[in-house]
Amino acid sequence: MTVSDNKLKTKNPVLGALGKLVQNQLFIPLAALLVLVLFNLIADPSFFKISLDQSSAGYPVLSGYLITIIDNASELAILAIGMTLVTSASGGQDISVGSAIAIAGSVVLRVLCGTDSRPTELKAPIIVAFIVCVIVSMIFGAFNGVLVAYFKIQPMVATLILYTAGRSIAAWINNNELPIISEPSFGYYGNFIPGIPLPTPVFIAAACMIIIALILKFTNLRLYSQSVGINPYSSRLNGINPQVVKLITFIILGACVAVAGFIKVSRLSTINYSVVAKDIEMDVILAVALGGNALSGGKFNMTASIMGAYVIQFLTTTLFKFKVNANAISAYKAVVVIILVVLSAPIVREKLMQLKKKIMPGSGVRKEVA
Amino acid sequence: MEQSAVLTMRGICKFFPGVRALENVDFTLREGEIHALMGENGAGKSTLIKVLTGVYPKDGGEIHLKGHDAAVNIRSPQDAQNLGISTVYQEITLCPNLTVAENMYIGRTKDPTVNWKKINADASKLLESLAIPAKATQQLGSCSIAVQQMVAIARAVDMDCKVLILDEPTSSLDEQEVAKLFKLMISLKEKGVGIIFVTHFLEQVYEVCDRITVLRDGKLVGEYVIEDLPRVQLVSKMLGKEFDDVADIKSEADTENIDYNGTPVYEAEQLAGTTGIKPFDFQIHKGEVNGFTGLLGSGRSECVRAIFGADKVNGGTVKVNGKTVKINKPLDAMKNGISYLPEDRKRDGIVGDLSVRDNIILALQVMKGFFRPFSRAQAEAFADEYIKLLSIKTASSDTPIKSLSGGNQQKVILARWLLANPVYLILDEPTRGIDIGTKVEIQKLVLKLASEGKSVTFISSEIDEMIRTCSRLVVMRDGKVVGELSGDDFNQNKIMATIAGGESK
Repeated sequence: MTVSDNKLKTKNPVLGALGKLVQNQLFIPLAALLVLVLFNLIADPSFFKISLDQSSAGYPVLSGYLITIIDNASELAILAIGMTLVTSASGGQDISVGSAIAIAGSVVLRVLCGTDSRPTELKAPIIVAFIVCVIVSMIFGAFNGVLVAYFKIQPMVATLILYTAGRSIAAWINNNELPIISEPSFGYYGNFIPGIPLPTPVFIAAACMIIIALILKFTNLRLYSQSVGINPYSSRLNGINPQVVKLITFIILGACVAVAGFIKVSRLSTINYSVVAKDIEMDVILAVALGGNALSGGKFNMTASIMGAYVIQFLTTTLFKFKVNANAISAYKAVVVIILVVLSAPIVREKLMQLKKKIMPGSGVRKEVA
Repeated sequence: MEQSAVLTMRGICKFFPGVRALENVDFTLREGEIHALMGENGAGKSTLIKVLTGVYPKDGGEIHLKGHDAAVNIRSPQDAQNLGISTVYQEITLCPNLTVAENMYIGRTKDPTVNWKKINADASKLLESLAIPAKATQQLGSCSIAVQQMVAIARAVDMDCKVLILDEPTSSLDEQEVAKLFKLMISLKEKGVGIIFVTHFLEQVYEVCDRITVLRDGKLVGEYVIEDLPRVQLVSKMLGKEFDDVADIKSEADTENIDYNGTPVYEAEQLAGTTGIKPFDFQIHKGEVNGFTGLLGSGRSECVRAIFGADKVNGGTVKVNGKTVKINKPLDAMKNGISYLPEDRKRDGIVGDLSVRDNIILALQVMKGFFRPFSRAQAEAFADEYIKLLSIKTASSDTPIKSLSGGNQQKVILARWLLANPVYLILDEPTRGIDIGTKVEIQKLVLKLASEGKSVTFISSEIDEMIRTCSRLVVMRDGKVVGELSGDDFNQNKIMATIAGGESK
């Protein structure tokens, strides 16, 4: 920090550019990513090695920690999209995401397997299973949304209902059985498509990002949800219906849940209702927070949220690489998270700015002269 | 009635950054009197109360209490409490899920053990002596609002209070409840408690009060015995206009080109809202500027909110340009060419964290539709045009609106509604809390809009501002339309007499 500060003192244009970068919302996730990269570079540069291997099916595929990261972060990134919107409009978070993924996955299995837990052939086309899964997930999203928007229940409390009930509902959908799909083409969505060396979830996540980018560009979703999140009263007087906007964001999150759930089932061709995507909601909320978005709603930066998701996966993978016990990972994560979140808190940033002013009182004056 | 003073405040000053909230204000409260503290918004009533109760430290002046030789120093609400100054606020600050007795004694004993029997007995006795219709063991939440209010007063009284401050206690009560509250106030007065009664209901002041102190713009206007101050005089003192003044302010509104026989731009018949206003008729013609006037709380804002659909409407017919339309929500009004600049800029107007640009385009963008966003270039063009037109002082159109000054925020909201290009523009207190230069600019703008053929409703607490800009005034009192003034009747004296009502007839 001090090194860069000294540099700032001597070169004014750099001060401006760097100051701007620090102010930028992307700064925190980018800085975190940089720290992780540096740490890995120093500890073991082989972390960044990417090699061309043979998959179990005999096709050439890329492998390496970086590939693992972008592969495994897919679900997180997709969910971060929906969670960012929910946070912005409702000023709260949906904690039922993990349970809703169990439901989504269970629906896919039910449609593809029927009542047969070890089907030799699919009972329905995969696309049908996907569509049904999206519809069901959006209905559950709408359920949360109605509780929040129309019954004015705090989002965390409202989604606690589905958080509690979701995994039971998931088990009930398949009569408490765990069907396994033997059809290999179903595994393409969570693993590799023969001949393509990158894991499919990466493409699915990219597609979701493109879709949300298009939605944000060609609709007023950003303006509406920010405005509702900042001031619902004045939004209403400007003709916006705050309740509908909140409901829509929950439905969009429902769609994100469906896609993430579909990937999850496809990865293993089955799911375990009680452990699939466990605690993923916390990682998703963290991704949003890490992106510098206020969890109390209002303005948001979608890119920063998605970046946050990749940073979290980078951290998880790094910890795995260093053979941290799976049970202890959460504790390590917590430490890192505390540092990041505290650093990105507006109150701390303000204090840091003041400190900077105190240390170098000249810089402000010089800026004025310039 | 010569009683000794229980509270004397001398030369109280309070400054906020850029504002003199109180300047050399004197206030005397005698033993066993009900003393009304009157003034329009921003007069300094609540600041004075907050200085007295230790919420704000005072910047000058002295406070003397009976029984204390030296001036007392009140540093916190706890201090005030200990000195026997109790406040009952408009909103109930008790716990509805505890019993009446618990509410009366909570947090008052230092004893680690609680003798419920004694507390309940004490509470019953006190309730009885004050004739409050509640049982000590009853849950507070099951009592009516008025009774809850009374329990709050009982709690204050039992804390050996000498000065009781009632801050708008009647605003959520119906007539019978108010009567009950007044009975209690009178019985307390007979016990020697000095009561400061803050309200904006004129009738209630004349019903129970002995004296009135009027504040205006942070300064003391005077202290009066109630018999010596007729209502019209009180209103003129509050508004700062001498009743006998020859009204030299003339309307600058140009009424020549208004076709009063044509179809009104907007017409409401027996429009009824859910916010406590009586059904009213209203119409406005092309190019006309009219105003709603009345004291604070008279229902003038509620009327225009009903017109815009901001609050729920539950009756009446509305015609826009002669066609019957349904206006149930703001978007309906906007689509019919009605714009509304709300009274409470902070709560209802600005979207604080959004940029000036987004705040300007918001209404037009919503009207255009969810799936048809303006391009960035288009939005910037709109914003730049109006920033220039209204000379809004902002670093750029990207600046969050909350970092602008009040006057400039108001201009941004004004820009928003001008951009929406309405046929009928409602401005509720557009000039409140902004500098005098901007005030004049806004008045001029209103007249210019009217000359361009737009209809405008202009509401302001400042009567001369209304007279200057409007050509017709709807006068309201206690939620009712009590008069409509135009032409020869359109002068200050007549307006104030109509606002005051009662004996001035």
